[in-house]
Amino acid sequence: MEFFHKVTRFPFMNTRKVWYGLSALLIVASIGLVVIRGLNLGVDFTGGVVVDTNFPQAPNIEALRAVLIKSGVANGQVQAFGSSRDIRVRLPPDPNAKGDQIGAHILQIFETVSPGVKLQSTEVVGPQVGQELFVKGGWALFATLVLILIYVLFRFTLKLACGAILAVLHDPICVVGFFALSQMTFDLTAIAAILAVIGYSLNDTVIVFDRIRERARTARKITIAQVIDESINQTLSRTIMTKLVTLLVVLALLFFGGETLHAFSAALVIGILAGTYSSIYISAALALDFGLQTDDLLERKLSKPEEVDGLP
Amino acid sequence: MIAYPRWKIALVAIVLILGIFLALPNLFGEESALQLARDRAAVVDADRTAVEQVLKDKGLTPTGAFLEQGRLTLRFASTQDQLKARDLINEARPNQFTIALSKASRVPEWMRNLGLSPMKLGLDLRGGVYLVYQVDVQGAVKQLLDHHEQDFRASLRNARVPYQDVQVDYPTTRVRVLFRDADSAAKGKAAILADSRNLTLNETTVDGAPALQLNLTPQEIKERQDSAVQQNIVILRNRLNSPELAVSEPQVAREGLDRISIQLPGLQNSAEVKKILGKTATLEFRMVDESNNPLEAVSTGRVPLGSKLYYTRDKQPVLLKREVVVTGDQLTDASFQPNSQEGPAVAVGLDSRGAAKMLKNTQENLGHLMAVVFIDRSREKNAEGVVVDRTTEEVINRATIRGVFSNNFTITGVNPIEGRELALLLRAGGLAAPITPIQERAIGPSLGQDNIDKGVHAMVFGMLAAFIFMAVYYKVFGLIADLTLVANVVLLIALLSLLGGVALTLPGIAAVVLTVGMAVDANILIYERIREELRNGVSPRAAITAGFDRAFSAIADSNVTAFIAGLVLWLFGAGPVRGFAVVLMLGIITSMFTAVMGSRALVQVIYGGRRKVDRLSI
Repeated sequence: MEFFHKVTRFPFMNTRKVWYGLSALLIVASIGLVVIRGLNLGVDFTGGVVVDTNFPQAPNIEALRAVLIKSGVANGQVQAFGSSRDIRVRLPPDPNAKGDQIGAHILQIFETVSPGVKLQSTEVVGPQVGQELFVKGGWALFATLVLILIYVLFRFTLKLACGAILAVLHDPICVVGFFALSQMTFDLTAIAAILAVIGYSLNDTVIVFDRIRERARTARKITIAQVIDESINQTLSRTIMTKLVTLLVVLALLFFGGETLHAFSAALVIGILAGTYSSIYISAALALDFGLQTDDLLERKLSKPEEVDGLP
Repeated sequence: MIAYPRWKIALVAIVLILGIFLALPNLFGEESALQLARDRAAVVDADRTAVEQVLKDKGLTPTGAFLEQGRLTLRFASTQDQLKARDLINEARPNQFTIALSKASRVPEWMRNLGLSPMKLGLDLRGGVYLVYQVDVQGAVKQLLDHHEQDFRASLRNARVPYQDVQVDYPTTRVRVLFRDADSAAKGKAAILADSRNLTLNETTVDGAPALQLNLTPQEIKERQDSAVQQNIVILRNRLNSPELAVSEPQVAREGLDRISIQLPGLQNSAEVKKILGKTATLEFRMVDESNNPLEAVSTGRVPLGSKLYYTRDKQPVLLKREVVVTGDQLTDASFQPNSQEGPAVAVGLDSRGAAKMLKNTQENLGHLMAVVFIDRSREKNAEGVVVDRTTEEVINRATIRGVFSNNFTITGVNPIEGRELALLLRAGGLAAPITPIQERAIGPSLGQDNIDKGVHAMVFGMLAAFIFMAVYYKVFGLIADLTLVANVVLLIALLSLLGGVALTLPGIAAVVLTVGMAVDANILIYERIREELRNGVSPRAAITAGFDRAFSAIADSNVTAFIAGLVLWLFGAGPVRGFAVVLMLGIITSMFTAVMGSRALVQVIYGGRRKVDRLSI
């Protein structure tokens, strides 16, 4: 079986303004969503208390809210997560909250409604920790981008590296935009997923670049734009096939991995989609607009002769 | 096709066999177990036979038993058996062991003896409590300054140098000694430096009077803070490992500059453990001021010079001399004796410095009263939610010195619960700086199992989807890829089992799944390249060689970037996210190996032996 029997001939470079426009739209929409709707930050970022309980039968959430308020826990957020029998209570950071007591306390209150309720997990995060994790997450994103930039710079040229980084930057923005749109809880695992996506989405870009370099060295009579077009078309089947399989696997995580991995797998799915798009339509196009020349790629060959052949 | 070197095929085979062997212990699963430990002594083989006999007499046979690090682990077929066994052992050998409920792997003894063990599971898969403590490093610096202050006072007193005051200023990390005249200032400096040689004392004047000043350098402050965190880790570990708490396999680790994380697998209620961990109880021995009347001091509100007012448990005032004979940090050993002749008691041992002081003191003060002061510092939040340190100082015992003693003696006047706790705290040592819990996660055991099930489901379905897709799309080569995917997972599990320090978390399982996706990636890169070469009219053998060779640089490049992301995540992340990062990095290494070398070796085995290859099933 083969989906791409003939090499495609899509004019990616001639149509690049359209794709830039689409990307710009996505980025503006994402930022707009974050500004207007905001992110539904998880307890690891906001600080506070999360108590997860499991009921023998699906309880009436309104009744649970009422009984909490009656017992003096007024600012509790009650919601079902995963199944209707799993109930999560979220409380804002409280200086007097003691982890081991708050879980038992809420369980006691719920037991008056449904005696068979079980305590699944309790998480208490101090407000300063939450703040710190958020800042740390930002730094981690920044550090990853810089390190990857250095690596791509080392392996390719400055113009390609800049194209790659700008294209890669587009992916986490889309993921964050998706979280603002869906109001899915944005927690530490979502940041982990974004970082993984950055590393992974660069795969495609690097593969396209690799091919561009290879083509530039052999075909000298065509323009750089043609080289890029050919390279993207030639690698298109790989790019799409690999992402398709990875998506299959990640979708399994999304559907079977349970509530804990929900945000994580959702971030991966969106990130992989955005990453595939940006590495096909954006990264090489940007390098072209930064003034990439065939010569940029040839110089490299002289200083570093045929390293590929020496490897297994 | 250029033949793939045989040694590479052999290497792949050896690594795989080794991997299967290392991954094997994970197939056995876990069952309920008891962990028996003994206060300050190892459990030995004789205990094992004795305990097994006790159980056998009641018709209960453990499914396995082994000694490790002075602890005896007994495995049982069911939780009922486990609980029954605990009661039986407690009944037959009361107070001999402390028994913790835990889980142990069913790995057969010969495998255990070879050092093979299953993967460690993280708390989100096992259930348990995860705590993060903030170390008050500022407090550690304060303690250092206080220490200097006390030392200075003692040096000046011993040398009989008159001085006005010793002042500590915390914000500027400075200790000042004020004198009346230059002569005593000079003598004072000599006296202080004679006792503490490495200090630099600057001479200044305060309000026209001479003074000596000690400033902590930034370097000293940093060292002090650092050592406080390290010391706290050791002390917390000691406390958790003491049999009084009966926690199985606690893990204490430094988290960043001034935090300590603690993992307590299997633990459900953290209240008791937290109480013990945060405590800074200690003892002081002081002589009683017998020449003044404590009641008079209370009524006039004037405490005689050189004395300090304390209260006993039953609120009786006592005057104690300011000098401390021996402090709690000079204790080397402490054990609780529930049934001593004078009621519950704590037997203590002193280090050489403490012993020398105690010897001198008892010789000089024979027939006089000595008091034991119990000091309990705790951090609490007051009604406004502000953290305050509360110090309770109580005289728990006053006794006449009847004989000369130095390094070993007992303290009475404690109640049984307190005595046990005091012995634990004294033995483990005092915290070098106060700690406050800032994060806590408790995961119930049923949720842990649930997480395992979900993770395994996702992995199985994800892999199945990838398998079917590859087999349909790339035929024989797809099947080769499928085999390498299985090999990849096996190798990953083998690595995780081998590296004892890495625990598998739910995000870790997600990373395994993700690595499968990425390993497929590498295979697809190679196969698409081969197809491309074939389309260009290259012969099948040459296409295979070219496909593998040319795809390599792309595979390497793309994996390096993913590895960078994993590395950063590992450096910045905490808790389960770190588990994700580690598995991701390991997975990248194994997937590179299996996709590049493993699948090349398999292709060689399938197509290499044939004389002529007309077409490839790709």
